[in-house]
Amino acid sequence: MSLLRYESQVRPPLVEGNKDYHQVTEDICRPVEAKPSKLWWIGFLISVAFLCFGIFSVCMEVTYGVGQWNLNKTTGWGWDITNFVWWVGIGHAGTLISAILLLFRQGWRTGVNRAAEAMTIFAVMCAGQFPIWHMGRVWDAFFVLPYANTRGPLWVNFNSPLLWDVFAISTYFTVSLLFWYSGLLPDLATLRDRAKLKWRKMFYGIASFGWTGSTKHWQRHEALSLVLAGLSTPLVLSVHTIVSFDFATSVVPGWHTTIFPPYFVAGAIFSGFAMVQTLLVVTRRVLGLEEYITIEHIDVMNKVIVLTGSIVGIAYLTELFIAWYSHVPYEWFAFKENRVNLNSPYGWSYYLMMGCNVLSPQIFWFRKMRRNLLLTFFMSILVNIGMWFERFVIIVTSVYRDYLPSSWSTYYRPTIWEVGFYLGTFGLFFTCYFLFSKFFPVIAVAEIKHILKRSGENYKSKMDVVEKETFDDFAHEHAHDHGA
Amino acid sequence: MPVKKFVVGNFDDEAVLFPAVKKVRRAGYKIHDVFTPFPIHGLDKELGLRDTSLHVAGFIYGITGTATAVGFITWALTLDWALNFGGKPYFSLPAWIPITFELTVLFASVGMVLTFCWLCQLAPFVKKDHFNPRSTDDTFVMALECTAKTNEQDAINFLNSVGAKDVSVQYRETGWWLGRYDKDNMKFEKRELAH
Repeated sequence: MSLLRYESQVRPPLVEGNKDYHQVTEDICRPVEAKPSKLWWIGFLISVAFLCFGIFSVCMEVTYGVGQWNLNKTTGWGWDITNFVWWVGIGHAGTLISAILLLFRQGWRTGVNRAAEAMTIFAVMCAGQFPIWHMGRVWDAFFVLPYANTRGPLWVNFNSPLLWDVFAISTYFTVSLLFWYSGLLPDLATLRDRAKLKWRKMFYGIASFGWTGSTKHWQRHEALSLVLAGLSTPLVLSVHTIVSFDFATSVVPGWHTTIFPPYFVAGAIFSGFAMVQTLLVVTRRVLGLEEYITIEHIDVMNKVIVLTGSIVGIAYLTELFIAWYSHVPYEWFAFKENRVNLNSPYGWSYYLMMGCNVLSPQIFWFRKMRRNLLLTFFMSILVNIGMWFERFVIIVTSVYRDYLPSSWSTYYRPTIWEVGFYLGTFGLFFTCYFLFSKFFPVIAVAEIKHILKRSGENYKSKMDVVEKETFDDFAHEHAHDHGA
Repeated sequence: MPVKKFVVGNFDDEAVLFPAVKKVRRAGYKIHDVFTPFPIHGLDKELGLRDTSLHVAGFIYGITGTATAVGFITWALTLDWALNFGGKPYFSLPAWIPITFELTVLFASVGMVLTFCWLCQLAPFVKKDHFNPRSTDDTFVMALECTAKTNEQDAINFLNSVGAKDVSVQYRETGWWLGRYDKDNMKFEKRELAH
């Protein structure tokens, strides 16, 4: 039976070291059960400080209006919507890892999926803030919902991409949360049954919903995960597609492009993986989980980064070529004068984007570079800066020069409150991540156990005899096996 | 739910558990359940459990979502208050695809998760009896229900012979109740009988 779980020796093990099931539980639960370190407290308090500053910045905006952000009639979307698209993009890696890679049966996802999904949820929480507070009269935010109102009822415009966004982001958040939490239940039960302290027993007892690990429950759990993965796969692609429709369905030169949906999705995966790398390179080190999030995992994710970075690069060039080829003077002006022209007010941002997103990831063609942790960390930050500038380029350079030169708003500049709001979402994101990494297992314990006998180092090395067997011997021996 | 008597065998390897399940069932014992720390593919078949219909439920929830979206938008934008958006037709189905898709996914996911929790009786503050706390760590726990015909000692010996590491007799509540894991608040009188 166990031999039919055989995995080629060519594949490096996903779990290193001499592990058994109990050791896996011990390793992953240890950081949760230990007292928070000094470093944790420092990081957590810095995050909370950023969050507080963000809340204050938002208060300033609510009190005095979006004029506080230097937005004007020409540049109506500045940093705010840039940040929205950036955070939503980051929020794509988690579901990609947990859903799409589950369907593609990529075993390595088990090491990183739990943390990546958590990151997704926090990133979408941050993203959601921007369109809400951008409304200005935020107390009327519920107007976006189709509820029976006393104005007719006057319904919302279901043909508008901005309303599609409302549905896409809220659905994405809900489904990601359900997917993440249903996966967490068995691991929370593990923590509950190990708990020694009273509050832990209570907390994990409530949080694990009374999970027992019954075979029937596992069977349903597996079915649920598979269907949720199947649903999340088109969902994750639809969300950034719909975000790109905010731009693509408009008639603004620079936005009115059919290439946007695939280009945005590739960019989202690109920046999402970069953020996963930023977090996991640190997390694995601080929590001592190097044997579960191995160099192999980092290597694979860097491959995804170079792939998606190159897709994004092709998209940039295609977009540029089509702008020229189309012979639409306005489209070509937006590209030639507002972006490619280095001497234009925001020309530099176009080159920063190209450098960070297209050129720099090419270094990951080299295996040695993909496995270099310091470089991976540095590159992950660089990619996220690049991806932020991509959205900035798309939004600001397309709108700041209106058709009428008298409406040109050269040098839109963010204010401290707009920057503060952005920093505040970093505070929110990291506050949540710190709490998550302290109170929840950052690696899916049950899923690691599930792959342990196939991909664990100590089990795998014992299986190399199979590779020397002839096919007939192997088939004869296992012909009546049910593959359990 | 009543408190029942069980003969409980603990296994430390799923490779031993599988043949054991087969033998135990063949010998005619009634397996109440097998508790495992992670999903073991094929164990449900081995125990004779039927496939779950959760997918079917998910499909039904999904088409409910599709129908809700298309139905509601059609009603709102063509019948209730038809608004002219840039000269486009009132019934502009292509523009409704995104919301229809999102609601399909939303209904299917939320519906399935709630159904899953309902079927497995999972909710905050739900408490259940456990045979072995290590069944969420590294132990595979097989619980045989003692019926009137079961000879306890035979069952113990049999479990030992198929590879169980340790075997015990336990009285356990099979249902759930509201409670917290840090408090022993079981309200059933039969709890007394158990000890």
